[in-house]
Amino acid sequence: MRQSIPALHSADLVPARAVPIVALQRRSAVAAALARPAGRTGLGLLLVTLTLAVVAPAFVRTDPFALSGSPLAPPTYAHPLGTDALGRDLLSGVVHAGGASLLIATAVVLVAVACGASIGLLAGYRGGWIDDALSRAIELFQVMPRLFVVAIVVALFGPGVDRVVLTLGLTSWPILARVVRNEVLATRHIEFVVAAEALGASPTYVVWRVLLPSVLPSAAVMVGLLFGQVLLTEASLGFLGLGDPNTLSWGLLVGESRGFLRTAWWLAVFPGLAITVAILAFNLLADALSAALGGR
Amino acid sequence: MHELRSFVALRGHGDLLSVTRWYVVRRTLQIVPTVLGIVLIAFLFVHLAPGDPVMAVAGEHGDPAYYAFMRERFGLDQSVPRQLLTYLARIARGDLGTSYVQGRSTLAIIMERVPATALLGGTALLFALVFSLPLGVVAARHPDSARDSTISAVALTLFSAPAFWLAQMVILCFALGLRIFPVQGMTTAGSDATGVHHVLDIARHVLLPAVALGAQELAVLVRLTRSGLIDEMGRDHIRTARAKGVREIVVLVRHAFPRALAPTITVVGARMGHLLAGAAVVEVVFGWPGLGRLLFSALETRDTPVLLGLFIVISFSVVVVNLATDLIHAAIDPRIALG
Repeated sequence: MRQSIPALHSADLVPARAVPIVALQRRSAVAAALARPAGRTGLGLLLVTLTLAVVAPAFVRTDPFALSGSPLAPPTYAHPLGTDALGRDLLSGVVHAGGASLLIATAVVLVAVACGASIGLLAGYRGGWIDDALSRAIELFQVMPRLFVVAIVVALFGPGVDRVVLTLGLTSWPILARVVRNEVLATRHIEFVVAAEALGASPTYVVWRVLLPSVLPSAAVMVGLLFGQVLLTEASLGFLGLGDPNTLSWGLLVGESRGFLRTAWWLAVFPGLAITVAILAFNLLADALSAALGGR
Repeated sequence: MHELRSFVALRGHGDLLSVTRWYVVRRTLQIVPTVLGIVLIAFLFVHLAPGDPVMAVAGEHGDPAYYAFMRERFGLDQSVPRQLLTYLARIARGDLGTSYVQGRSTLAIIMERVPATALLGGTALLFALVFSLPLGVVAARHPDSARDSTISAVALTLFSAPAFWLAQMVILCFALGLRIFPVQGMTTAGSDATGVHHVLDIARHVLLPAVALGAQELAVLVRLTRSGLIDEMGRDHIRTARAKGVREIVVLVRHAFPRALAPTITVVGARMGHLLAGAAVVEVVFGWPGLGRLLFSALETRDTPVLLGLFIVISFSVVVVNLATDLIHAAIDPRIALG
């Protein structure tokens, strides 16, 4: 029966006026978010972070691993952020560590979005025992203490970017799945969804073209918050020495400062500041978007 | 399940109590698959891990008979499903195995560390609650005012700063800079103080780590109190109170505040995992003898029973705390049980 209606276009499914309004709403939500002070500050800090992590490495040519000054030298003109216990330039370290932290966080968020969105959509759309089972799975993965799970994985399987990304990704999706599921449950029986189904749209079409767009705004807010959380956990792992020992990361730099707090404050202050700015950028953007969508 | 619920609902509003009772039973039963899932995951971790724990303990190039003895002693010579069943039965008895390194009960080792972490986490939560509620009220009083914006900005910054970094920053400021608080540990080294002096000594040591750990909770609670209050202030009962001429601050504190407080319980419960993860890094910075330090030392010695024991104990406590907060929330707001 469903296959008997050929060539469905989105315009056939949704009342003619609804399409531009939905599109307009989404565009204006982003615009409204960026018009808020929080959104502007967040965007500014994000640009600072990206400049630091992506653009600056091209200009700061000092090798972050090279011995380039006297050990534990405070900030000077030659070494604006000082040097570490081996005389390595901290500015170079902070600049070159950023890329790794952001890349890992992006990969983790991608894994989490893929898992969270599909599980949330499936649970919310199918309902019944599938929803019950998936909800238990969501709860199971949500109660698992992320830091401890990664610690166990690294302890058992050795350190490495791949397992950190995978473990963090596979333990970060529940919150997203929960939001998507609740959003789908809320929109599942609204007229435009029922209308699409009545017109014979396939479940795939309903999920991808009708439900997903209405879930996107709240999911986007969650993704912003998730980005901040993942950066935080990744930094904690680096701090505890559980990250990849061959890759510089902000958390690792703060971790290395642990023994020198009394003698070299700069070693702890600057990498930690970089982490805080990056996380704050994502939290501010998520906050502004949430406010623009009518939340607080 | 649905039929039963509508049957219960059909019997009318007089039976709200039985709906609530049904909710309690249903919610409590929900933790069973979660608990089993946690045990299964813990078990899978060990059996998918490369390397041989017997080699790790006994060292290489040893006597094969000794290896066999160790294998038998730890039950590693049995089949995998058999080991899983043994594992489940043991955990049901509260036996989390024997530490490879210390050679004694893992549960005992973990329980020894619980009071220190509980003291740290409890103080952190208390600090967060005491300061967040008034700050949230002040911020909500005039939304989008300069005062509100400042409080919100500071809260979001605290929310974004990693706990281990905040811990180092408070050490730099208050311990190394101003020399008001001790840098490390739970008690003064070599001190034989007893009674009140001992308690005061611990209190002096717990303050800095608790502030570092509580900062993020403080931020969350400020934001929650503020948004909850702003929502409440738009409701009819507030308009009625205002129309009766109740002073604005009384409206805010007496009429809006108690209702805005209910979600706080749920959020504090739901953030238990975050709190413990934060405690882990803060404990490492401060040399605080709790679960986080135990995790750190177990990592260095590859003491898997202790690592898995920690994973299980912490996951279980998160499950229990979530259950408790859900039930408390349902007791406060009966609509939860119906929904």
